[in-house]
Amino acid sequence: MATLVIAEHDNAGLKGATLNAVSAAQNIGGPIHLLVAGSGCGAVAAAASTIPGIEKVRVVDAPHYAHPLAENLAALVVALAPGYSHILAPATTTGKNFMPRVAALLDVAQVSDIVAVIDADTFVRPIYAGNALATVQSADAVKVITVRSTGFDATAASGGSAAVETVQAAADAGMSRLLGQELTRSARPELTAARIIVSGGRGMGSGENFSILEALADRLGAAVGASRAAVDSGFVPNDYQVGQTGKVVAPELYIAVGISGAIQHLAGMKDSKVIVAINKDGEAPIFQIADYGLVGDLFQVVPELTARL
Amino acid sequence: MKVLVPVKRVVDYNVKVRVKADGTGVETANVKMSMNPFDEIACEEAVRLKEAGIVTEIVAVSIGPAQAQETLRTALAIGADRAILVETAAEVQPLAVAKILQAIAQAESPQLVILGKQAIDDDSNQTGQMLAALLGWPQATFASKVKIAEGNAEVTREVDGGLETLSIRLPAIVTTDLRLNEPRYVTLPNIMKAKKKQLDVTRPEALGVDVAPRLKTLKVEEPAKRKGGVMVKDVADLVAKLKNEAKVI
Repeated sequence: MATLVIAEHDNAGLKGATLNAVSAAQNIGGPIHLLVAGSGCGAVAAAASTIPGIEKVRVVDAPHYAHPLAENLAALVVALAPGYSHILAPATTTGKNFMPRVAALLDVAQVSDIVAVIDADTFVRPIYAGNALATVQSADAVKVITVRSTGFDATAASGGSAAVETVQAAADAGMSRLLGQELTRSARPELTAARIIVSGGRGMGSGENFSILEALADRLGAAVGASRAAVDSGFVPNDYQVGQTGKVVAPELYIAVGISGAIQHLAGMKDSKVIVAINKDGEAPIFQIADYGLVGDLFQVVPELTARL
Repeated sequence: MKVLVPVKRVVDYNVKVRVKADGTGVETANVKMSMNPFDEIACEEAVRLKEAGIVTEIVAVSIGPAQAQETLRTALAIGADRAILVETAAEVQPLAVAKILQAIAQAESPQLVILGKQAIDDDSNQTGQMLAALLGWPQATFASKVKIAEGNAEVTREVDGGLETLSIRLPAIVTTDLRLNEPRYVTLPNIMKAKKKQLDVTRPEALGVDVAPRLKTLKVEEPAKRKGGVMVKDVADLVAKLKNEAKVI
């Protein structure tokens, strides 16, 4: 039986998390189909067809898929579900939004946020903010799964040549519509896709002070993140937040600046390959998980670090 | 209009959970239990809508053991008008929770169901969306702002790239994110008042819902511990280590 992976995209380009979901699908085994549902999304379908290991890209192009509204997207996936043993989507805010709807309509459980595939029925997922890992087995005929990107290396984005097939749209549910978006514009990499992340906490003191982190991030080609304390203090917007209630990241290098290391923050970054902590309090819990700790005044250390790179 | 607010009794967010030695789950005996923080935000939002004159009645629902009555009393103290406990000692997974809530929603006919976006124990983030699907209602998850007007809800959502605002037709499902509001402290007079409010008890069987789990937990284990590393003496030392030892820059 085949696996259907729901691609995440903005009608112009494929989002990176799709490649991690494809990688999870490869671990399950069997042919992989990719669904690209959008409006004017031909370029995304073309890009998707070059992902190695995909058998077929199924494209649905209709105005009511311009934005991934849960009601419309779930109805479409359910219509396409027969013939698939597994339906996967990245565990992003988009995947988390529509996938449980798919599962309920199919009367099956959803396995959320998997970080490992044991076999076609058995998966590992974090519970209690990552303080425990549960191995769960599904007895349902169709496995509806969201994939945590940090659990799987992204597959290659090009080199393949999958067939592209056009699929008919499902009806527009007409229950919801998008009124507007306020997306953070940044020239820096996306947090969940960045190789290096520089994050600031309450110790930054103000939003203006984040400029010293931005200077360091630009020198390293890094993304800028924040702890919940920094977000709650109004220093930076919520989409900067790394942690149990924000984004889960696992970059090659994570530099935590002025972050004490609350459990809820660690839940979002402890799988990073190398962690650096810079904090004036030598007793801060962040030092217990950091590979390299530096006790000092961040306002002196960070600019010096930027200058030395 | 009537609002339904489902609440879950979970291990308190301040408790450092411990995995049981036999790998069957996490230790919940003699551990402090509280209302799931996202559900508290859901209660608070319902109460604010009532204070704004939009909502007339708030019904809190919980599914779980007899002790979940305490969680419902907390909801009543925040400002819910009455409560329903669907009592069961069994493990109830999100799909079964959604089916129970569907039965209650069909009996109560609320215009809005406000739920926490996820419970901090199983971190599933499914129930609200599943309930919306079963009822055939629209949904707005991860809400940071809710406005009700003329048969619609205008909901601002926290999404990966920032914020987006949806208009959804009522009746509808809203799930809460952290920044929607800051729940009030419950006062002693309100705790006393809550004790006198109506709390009905029913069971999943009485609602015709089969709660048999679909997912079997084979084992629960602790994640690999991260070893603490070394302290560096200065910035030059740090740069040297990152370049030569970790080789990440």
